[in-house]
Amino acid sequence: MTTLTDDTLPTTPRAMRDEMTMFVVMALLLASVPFTGVYPFFVMQALCFALLACAFNLLVGYGGLLSFGHAMFLGTAGYCSAHALKVWALPPELGILVGIAAAFVLSIITGYISIRRQGIYFSMITLALSQLLYFIYLQAPFTHGEDGIQGIPQGRMFGVFDLSKPTVLYYVVLVGFLAGFLLIFRIINSPFGEVLKAIRENEPRAISLGYRTDQYKFLAFVLSGTLAGFAGALKVFVAQNASLTDVHWSMSGEVVLMTLVGGLGTIFGPVVGAFVIIAMQQYLAGFGQWVTVIQGSIFVVCVLTFRRGVIGEIAHYFRRSL
Amino acid sequence: MQALYAQLLVGLINGSFYALLSLGLAVIFGMLNIINFAHGAVYMMGAFVAYFLLNLGGINYWWALLLAPIIVGIFGMILERTMLQWLTGLDHLYGLLLTFGIALIVQGVFQNYFGSSGLPYAIPDQLRGGMNLGFMFLPVYRGWVVVFSLVVCLATWFLIEKTQLGAYLRAATENPTLVRAFGINVPRMITLTYGLGVGLAALAGVLSAPINQVRPLMGADLIIVVFAVVVIGGMGSIMGSIITGFALGVIEGLTKYFYPEASNTVVFVLMVLVLLVKPTGLTGRAA
Repeated sequence: MTTLTDDTLPTTPRAMRDEMTMFVVMALLLASVPFTGVYPFFVMQALCFALLACAFNLLVGYGGLLSFGHAMFLGTAGYCSAHALKVWALPPELGILVGIAAAFVLSIITGYISIRRQGIYFSMITLALSQLLYFIYLQAPFTHGEDGIQGIPQGRMFGVFDLSKPTVLYYVVLVGFLAGFLLIFRIINSPFGEVLKAIRENEPRAISLGYRTDQYKFLAFVLSGTLAGFAGALKVFVAQNASLTDVHWSMSGEVVLMTLVGGLGTIFGPVVGAFVIIAMQQYLAGFGQWVTVIQGSIFVVCVLTFRRGVIGEIAHYFRRSL
Repeated sequence: MQALYAQLLVGLINGSFYALLSLGLAVIFGMLNIINFAHGAVYMMGAFVAYFLLNLGGINYWWALLLAPIIVGIFGMILERTMLQWLTGLDHLYGLLLTFGIALIVQGVFQNYFGSSGLPYAIPDQLRGGMNLGFMFLPVYRGWVVVFSLVVCLATWFLIEKTQLGAYLRAATENPTLVRAFGINVPRMITLTYGLGVGLAALAGVLSAPINQVRPLMGADLIIVVFAVVVIGGMGSIMGSIITGFALGVIEGLTKYFYPEASNTVVFVLMVLVLLVKPTGLTGRAA
């Protein structure tokens, strides 16, 4: 079985130091965005998708499980947060918690079902489950079907931060993203993450060493789904709506694309990939369905010639782990 | 009762498409170890080729039934030669990603030129009208689709399980290296297999053109249901794919009659139940 990522790279203290340096650089760059005149809405949107892609990458890049239904966590958390904020009039921090909790419960249920089958079946099952949820949300009254939940109040975070101000909202989203990113970074470098990588490389051997691999995969699935839900809850404040597009299979496909472009199994790859894909959608918005064609072409080119992704290629060139 | 029989018929027709598509997926998976995400797109292409043949070339339905699968099959074989063959030996999630990309390209191109609305395709003269069966009114074309699909499915089963060529195919699925050592051109067989699977999907597309209209996204949602069918049935057995396909179509039709709200979701719910009770699928081997 060939591996997904380049694992000749060492996980040494130096590698950890490189990654921390990169993280600080990334955090500083992102923190300076409001002073550069870059459209903050674009960056906020990209940050939400970057967190989603990082959560997805935790599962596929480190667990070797390709979920083709991650939109269900994004969409479910989005709908539940939106409902909590608008109908129950909860404050933002609790609204986010409701979304995360919903994604947590959903990932336990769907994880329990989908982990039962391996490899290619896992992808088909997650895709089918997300399609099931799509139809449920299409018919459920609280989602308002095709219209979605619109005009969601942004409110005051912790009663202090006024989220209707773009700069305040930007920093709240940024802090949320960085917290999620650090958590994923911590998980990957924990003993749990190491076992996960071992399972990805050679599951029979991991089993023979006494690891209950299904439990590890299940936990990875729940962590990934819950963090994807966090991204969905943050996205509600940015987009101020929750709609069916967030649960559609094409959204799941976009997450896969972002991670693939940035580099499967790299720490910073999904972030880069998310910015590339969101920027592309932004600039090519006038070209109608050609965007789909271009996205498809990127898939094909990446799979055939560029499997390491942007960050994976850079890391490989410099012989560093990024 | 009339309505019940009508929904049963609709279920049988959908079941025909599920069977033809999941059959193709299973055959392709056996040889290439790839889940062909582009299967919905080639199904759509089959319908469009039939539409072009009729409107641009004046070629009728019967010829389209033969030509469209061949044309789309050749398109598939070109894909296999130029792209899919390079994935041999890689993790099979790359096959899924590559074919997903191909599906996006194909569907996007068609959407650009034909929008999202449906194009009409007339039922051929010989199959117009209907028959009164006493208990229900059977539109001839719909009956034809069910019978013809069943014949094609069984012919495919016969080809793979009972002929010399099928024996090579099954052997190559088990151990390609050994089969090559016997002097059989396995790469060519893989290409032909992909063409066959894709051709079956295109055939289903032609059959559905007069019923469901010709739309660029007609295969996009269908393929996800077919994935669920494949998970339920497992891909280990050809006959299993056929039976599961038809059975799920019928169950879906019955749901439309008894509880229409769940007709979109029933196949997925069944998939969940099967996974909980028998994780390997009804006929499948452990993955």
